[in-house]
Amino acid sequence: MTEISVLSIFLAAVFTNNILLTNYLGMCSFLAVSSEVKASAGLGMAVTFVMAVTSVLNWIVEHHILVPLDLVYMRYIVYIIVIAAFVQLVEMIIERVSESLYSALGIFLPLITVNCAILGATLFIAIREYTLPQAAAYGAGGGLGWALAIVAMAGIRQKMARARVPRGLSGAGISLVITGIMALAFIGFSGMIRIN
Amino acid sequence: MSAARPKAGRVFADGLLRNNPVFVQVLGICSTLAVTNVFENTLVMCIGLVFTTGLSNFSLSLLRSMIPGRIRMIVETLVIASWVIVFDIIIKATLPEISKALGAYVGLIITNCIVMGRAEAFALANKPLISMADGIANGLGYSWVLLAVAFVRELLGSGSILGARVLGEWWTNWNIMVMAPGGFFVLAILIWIVRGRMERNKEGAR
Repeated sequence: MTEISVLSIFLAAVFTNNILLTNYLGMCSFLAVSSEVKASAGLGMAVTFVMAVTSVLNWIVEHHILVPLDLVYMRYIVYIIVIAAFVQLVEMIIERVSESLYSALGIFLPLITVNCAILGATLFIAIREYTLPQAAAYGAGGGLGWALAIVAMAGIRQKMARARVPRGLSGAGISLVITGIMALAFIGFSGMIRIN
Repeated sequence: MSAARPKAGRVFADGLLRNNPVFVQVLGICSTLAVTNVFENTLVMCIGLVFTTGLSNFSLSLLRSMIPGRIRMIVETLVIASWVIVFDIIIKATLPEISKALGAYVGLIITNCIVMGRAEAFALANKPLISMADGIANGLGYSWVLLAVAFVRELLGSGSILGARVLGEWWTNWNIMVMAPGGFFVLAILIWIVRGRMERNKEGAR
């Protein structure tokens, strides 16, 4: 996997291999929060930040602790601990340093530990055997792609609020249909780059 | 389970239909929807999910009086992660090809909201055996939905079921079904059908 350039991994993570629209990761918070643009942007920012940093942290843990000690099968537990610890740390720092940032991001941080997209990005990086710069690019790009999707979705849902939707379809059903159409649109980017 | 049997029946009815995690709670579609383009992979993932929800509910219920409230979530996550590791090792040993195809998704069972949701909502307040039944029931309730999605996607997308061609040569594969948007559309339609039924049966329910 060393031959793919860092830039193309970054772009692929945002557009063609969008972690939400092609891998369905992070759907739970996506469906729950995406009804308002402002909250979505906040959550998107928090996810991007946490995903970018934990991707790098977990890469270091994988290559300098788990592999030398032959503990790769413990991956899942170790990754989730790193993510949870990091999220907790960020929450405490933000609370002390910036009141306004805390009120914007703080409420979303606990949600992030169990956001599948964060763990998913880390696991994809491990399985695809990325190098450190590639891992950083994938983490940042993946987070950004997720943020892009949730903000776009929130915009659409605000417009949809007054639309008349068949009763059984309203709520989750129509959100999934919209997400599907968004995923279709994102397939249009796939001529650009392709990673797997 | 004999003492808990009358309750167990109810628990199963809830998990499979009345309070189905996918239709009613719309939880946890993350990790499994991604593999629904192939029926066989979905089947293995669903077994993994039932295994994890059942056993993590059981063990968390055993531990429930010992877990301090403040670090409850992290303890839950670690117990769930341990069971997922066990499952991962089992399928690596028995079904190496499927394990490879599933890749990261087995690990993502850990962050599947249903597992955590059932632990929080049920296992921490109930006895071990009934908690295990609740975990299995919710796992199964989730599985049948995902298997239905996988059935439609593989049938329309590849003209086959479990790898065996069932539609004749005349059938043109719908490539969209194998790709990501297909999963969203099929699940949306399924939710529409089931919720439409539920609402007709029970007025005022969301």
